Amino acid sequence: MSRIGTALSISLAAGSILFAPQISAQTVFVTNEKDNTVTVIDGDTLEAVKTVKVGQRPRGVTLSKDEKWLLICASDDNTVQVYDARTMEFVKSLPSGPDPELFILHPSGNPLYIANEDDNLVTVVDIEKGTVLAEIPVGVEPEGMGISPDGKLLVNTSETTNMAHFIDTATNEIIDNVLVDSRPRFAEFTKDGRQVWVSAEIGGTVTVIQPETREILAKITFSIPGIVQDAIQPVGVRVTKDGKRAFVALGPANRVAVVNAETFEVEKYLLVGQRVWQLAFSPDERLLFTTNGASNDVSVIDTEKLRVLRSIKVGRYPWGVVVASF
Amino acid sequence: MQNSVWLRSLVRCRPCRPWLPLLAITAFAAPLILPVDALGQSTDPTTAKQTSRQNEVQKITIILARELRDAPPPLSLLDFPPEDEGIAGAKLAIADNNTTGRFLKQEFTLEVVEAAAYDLVLRVKEKASAGAGFVIADAAPDTVLALSAALDGQNALIFNAGSGDDALREENCRKNVVHTAPSRAMLADALAQYLIWKRWRRWFLLHGTQPDDLAYAAALRRAANRFGAKIVEERAYEYEVGSRRADGGHEQIQQQIPTFTQNVPDYDVLVIADESDQFGEYIPYMTWDARPVAGTQGLVAASWHPALEQWGGTQFQSRFQKLANRPARPLDYNVWIAIRSIGEAATRTRSADPEKLIAYLKSAEFDVAGFKGRKLTFRAWNGQLRQPILLSTPKLPLTVSPQPGFLHQFSELDTLGVDEPESKCSNYAP
Repeated sequence: MSRIGTALSISLAAGSILFAPQISAQTVFVTNEKDNTVTVIDGDTLEAVKTVKVGQRPRGVTLSKDEKWLLICASDDNTVQVYDARTMEFVKSLPSGPDPELFILHPSGNPLYIANEDDNLVTVVDIEKGTVLAEIPVGVEPEGMGISPDGKLLVNTSETTNMAHFIDTATNEIIDNVLVDSRPRFAEFTKDGRQVWVSAEIGGTVTVIQPETREILAKITFSIPGIVQDAIQPVGVRVTKDGKRAFVALGPANRVAVVNAETFEVEKYLLVGQRVWQLAFSPDERLLFTTNGASNDVSVIDTEKLRVLRSIKVGRYPWGVVVASF
Repeated sequence: MQNSVWLRSLVRCRPCRPWLPLLAITAFAAPLILPVDALGQSTDPTTAKQTSRQNEVQKITIILARELRDAPPPLSLLDFPPEDEGIAGAKLAIADNNTTGRFLKQEFTLEVVEAAAYDLVLRVKEKASAGAGFVIADAAPDTVLALSAALDGQNALIFNAGSGDDALREENCRKNVVHTAPSRAMLADALAQYLIWKRWRRWFLLHGTQPDDLAYAAALRRAANRFGAKIVEERAYEYEVGSRRADGGHEQIQQQIPTFTQNVPDYDVLVIADESDQFGEYIPYMTWDARPVAGTQGLVAASWHPALEQWGGTQFQSRFQKLANRPARPLDYNVWIAIRSIGEAATRTRSADPEKLIAYLKSAEFDVAGFKGRKLTFRAWNGQLRQPILLSTPKLPLTVSPQPGFLHQFSELDTLGVDEPESKCSNYAP
C-alpha cells in the first residue's frame, strides 16, 4: 500500500474507534410478581428490551458477585432460580426453603441468605453446590435481609413480630433483636457498616440502628402535604456509598423520600408511580430505579438533579429490581 | 298469599355441648435454643440501649369466652359453622404471639370457656379473679354486658369479637369493653359507600323479621341516608318455618320469589337484611327484575374473607389453614386480631401486667397490623377497632371500604360506623 493509503486507513481506523457506538453500560432486571416474568431494561436507552418467563410469583432478585448469574426468588415455586444474566437462559434451581421472598448474598459471593416468609425461617444456601447450609428460626413472616459489608452480621426483619433480628453469620445464631415499628419490610446496611436502616411499612417510619451496639440512632418520619399519613408506607431503602443520602420508597404514597443520611432529615419527595416498593442504584449511583407495583412501571430518578426522568412500562406488579454493570 | 319457602323445622343449637367440661388449652411454642441475652430496644432514639435481664418468663393468660346459644341452622349445607369457629383464630394468634414472645421471654396461654350465658359469666368471673386479665367474647350483646358487669373494677378487658350490635358501642358502651368485631353500622356504611361509588343509588330493601334482621335493616337505612342512597321500596319477607331438607323445593321458590319482588319502583340494587339466614341465599337470580343483590347475602360486607391475599394476607391464610385445616372465617379473624393486639401491647410495654397492657391498648400509641394495608387502632371514644371492611362474594373479596373519595378529618376509616361527634357513648374512657 502507498504511504498515503496507509495513513488514510490508519486514520480511518482511528476515527472508527473514536466514533465507535456506545456499548450498554448497565442493564436493569425487574421481576413482575403477577406476570411471572422478568423485564430486562437497557440501562442506556432506558427502554425495555426483553421479557423473559420465569418461575411463579417472582419477587426478590439479585446478581451474583461476578454478575454472571441473575438469582430470582420464585416464591410460589418455593425455589430460587438461577439464570445466565447475559443470555437469560435458565441455569439451575437452588433449594430455598418454602416461599422465599427476599434474599441477600454474603459480600464474598456465597452463601445466600433467604427469608422464608411462610415458615418463620431464614435459610442459608451455598449457591455453587446448591446445598442448604443452615436454617435459622426467626420471627413471624421474615422478609427484609441486610448484611454488613464485612459479612459478619446479617439482619433479618419479621413483619408480624416487628423486630430486626441480628444474626452472627459465623454461628448462624441470633445474637440480638431490636423492636421496630409495625410491619418492618427492609434492612439496609450503609457502606461503612456503621448503620443499618430498617423500614416499617405500617408504622410509617424508618429506624436507623447502630449494628455493633444495637443502639437506635434515629427514627425517621415522613409527612407529605395532601397525603393521608396512613398511605405513607416505607418499604425499600437505599443509601449512597458515600453515606450522604438515602432514598426511601413510600408505597401507596407514590413517592420516594430523599433523606439527608447525615442529619436524617427528609429533603424532598419525588413523585413516581403507584405503590412504590423497591429501589436499586445504577452502578455509578447516578440513577435510581423504582418499582411501582400498582401502575406496572419503573421510574428512573436522576439522583444528582433529584428529578424523575421517566417511567418505563414493565409487566404487572413489578416487585424487585437490580442493575448490572454490563 | 303467604310465602312459604322450604325451611328447616329443627332448631339446632350452635355450638351445643353442654356436657363439655372446661377446656383448658395451653399453647406455647417449643423452646428453641437461641442464645438470646439482651432484649429489644426502646424505640425512643434518645435513650441509651436498655439491657434488662429477665430470668422469669412473663405469662399472659387469655380467655376465650364462647356463649352456647340456640341458633337456627343456615340455609345452605355449606354454611354450617365449624365446631372450632373462633377457637382456631385464637390458637393461631397465641402461636403468633408466642413466636415473638420467645424473643422477649413472654408466654401466652389460651383458656377456652364454653357455656350458656349464666354459667359463662360465672366461670369467666372466677378466672378473672384468679388474675386473667383478658377475655375475648363470642357472645350475645346482653351476655357481653353481663361479663362487663361481672368484671367491673378488676384489671380486665373484654374484647367483643362476635357481636355487631350498635348499642353496645353507643349507649351501652362500657369502660372494660373494646370491639374487634365491626359494628352493623360499619358494615352497612362500607356497603353503602361502594354502592354509591357504583352510582347504584336506588335501593330496594328486603328484610327478615327477626330482631337481628331488623337491626341490619336499620343500619342500611342509616347508611342510605348518610351517603345519599334512596330506598325506593321496603318489604319484609315473612315466612313460615318449614322443613329445609325436603325432597322438593325449587319449583315453588322459583314461583314465589319473582312474585314477591315484582311491582317495585325502578331500582338499581336489592339490599337484603337477612342475618338469620332464612331466605336471602335464594334471592340472587330469582328477583322479578334483573338486579344485583347486596347486604347479608350477595355482595357481603365483613371483617375478613378466606381468599384475601393482598397485604400479605396469604401468609395469614396459609398459617391458618395449616393449623385449622379449614379456611378462616370473620369470627376467627376478629378473635385473632384481639389476641394479636394483646401480644402487640405486651411486646411494646415489655410487660405482662394486665393494668399496663390495658392502658397501652387504650392509648394513642397503640396500633396493630392486621393484613389490611394500614394501621388498625381503637377508637378513643368507644373502643371500636377501626378497620377496612371487605366486600366479598362467596369466592372472593371484590373491593375494600372506605371507598376512594370518602374523606374524613382524622381518619378515612372513621367514615365507617358512628363517628365521634355523633357518639352516644359516655361510659368508655381510655
